[in-house]
Amino acid sequence: MLKTLRRTLLAVFLGALALPALAQERSITVASTTSTEQSGLFGYLLPIFTQASGITVRVVALGTGQALDVGRRGDADVLFVHDRVAETRFVTEGYGGPRHHVMFNDFVLIGPAADPAHIAGLRDTAEALRRIAAAASPFVSRGDRSGTHAAELRLWVQAGVDPVQGRGAWYREVGQGMGPALNAAAAQNAYILADRGTWLAFRNRQELKIVVEGDARLFNQYGVMLVSPQRHPSVKVVDGQRFIDWLISPAGQTAIAGYKINGEQLFFPNATQPEPVS
Amino acid sequence: MNDLGSALTTAASMVTTADPAVVQVVLLSLRVSLTAVAIAALVGLPLGALLAVAQFPGRRVMIVALNALMGLPPVVCGLLVYLLLSRSGPLGPLGLLFTPTAMVIAQAVLIAPILAALARQLLEGMWEEYSEQLRSFGAGPWRAVPTLLWDGRYALLTVLLAGFGRASAEVGAVMIVGGNIDGFTRVMTTAIALETSKGDLPLALALGMVLMAIVLTVNAAAQVLRDSSARWAG
Repeated sequence: MLKTLRRTLLAVFLGALALPALAQERSITVASTTSTEQSGLFGYLLPIFTQASGITVRVVALGTGQALDVGRRGDADVLFVHDRVAETRFVTEGYGGPRHHVMFNDFVLIGPAADPAHIAGLRDTAEALRRIAAAASPFVSRGDRSGTHAAELRLWVQAGVDPVQGRGAWYREVGQGMGPALNAAAAQNAYILADRGTWLAFRNRQELKIVVEGDARLFNQYGVMLVSPQRHPSVKVVDGQRFIDWLISPAGQTAIAGYKINGEQLFFPNATQPEPVS
Repeated sequence: MNDLGSALTTAASMVTTADPAVVQVVLLSLRVSLTAVAIAALVGLPLGALLAVAQFPGRRVMIVALNALMGLPPVVCGLLVYLLLSRSGPLGPLGLLFTPTAMVIAQAVLIAPILAALARQLLEGMWEEYSEQLRSFGAGPWRAVPTLLWDGRYALLTVLLAGFGRASAEVGAVMIVGGNIDGFTRVMTTAIALETSKGDLPLALALGMVLMAIVLTVNAAAQVLRDSSARWAG
């Protein structure tokens, strides 16, 4: 009995120690955003690509700012993010590129059903933010240099409001991904800017609902680019480029359009006809 | 209450159906944390034993440093390992970042001081008891180290379990150096963090229950081994 137990434990232990079978599979590392991962898009899209190409895609989901930093350090082969201003800077600084449009969706302003700032149904995001600030209604900000955070800060500038004056009171920076920020907003009945994809996939909504949507300023463009192999020779150029080419090909674009939650399409492919940024 | 109930049901169905995705995550958790404990033990236990028996300049400083390192925040440990393993860091050419190996390294760094500090404390007591006896056989401190480690093996098992507990429960370090990549570096704790992010709190809690059940099983197995071996030896 004892010997068997010992042998079993030893076997389990050695098995645990053994390195994984040296898989010679082809793989690339993609630094992407929490919105693409947490909305479930990658879970749907990547198996289709792997089936077509034999290349496994390993996604590290971060905020856009952090994902670009991972690219700068050479720790990813491809970046799939959504902050056009920061992406353009990344390319002009020579860290990668060229950048391709892949798809878009939109941001939505989420708020409590009670709507203390009386903004439900507005189409003008700037006006909605001004009312939130005037009413000093709780507003949760990502505060994490993500694409959504950058978009939120641009919207405050357009509203002519400096939300920092509300810091510690109604303006609450949580410094976390979209999901945790939505959890925080749900717990505090606060307003929050979210990408529609994560919102649709989000489960812990409590009293939150969409209050403002459909404003052209809420447009959210995603881009993809290869990390510069000149800067980082470890970048897997061939397989990385194959992924990018597939994403912007008719096959990839059709696959993106096919991802739905409850019948609702989350991302709209636009590799060939990118919309201008206002 | 409803959430707790549905978490329990989900956890039970994960265990009974042996959901392949969950099984893969569980096995990786065990592999990473057990490997980290093994590596940390190879370094930490002899170091702890040496600090228990040997007198040398700087010994007290080392003991204080080890005790302090027991409180090393996992996120800080993860960040250090990240910067070391990043392509732009000193060990970049190895290409280990965002792999299970990177996670093992981070956890080993995290728990080696815990094993060393706890082993030192434990073996120092034993050394006080037996040092006369060991010295009478002509054993110096160097010879005493293996003897002490062997004689204290049952008590040291608890030390290893403390290290395993810390390793399998931590999320900060493995999240940073592993990247929580689906099917590759996703372990129980990072999966729990991800499901919490998605707002699927019952699923997150269910995974947490499975993790606790595994840790309980490992501890129970160790206890059985210890009791039966002690009886057998005695």
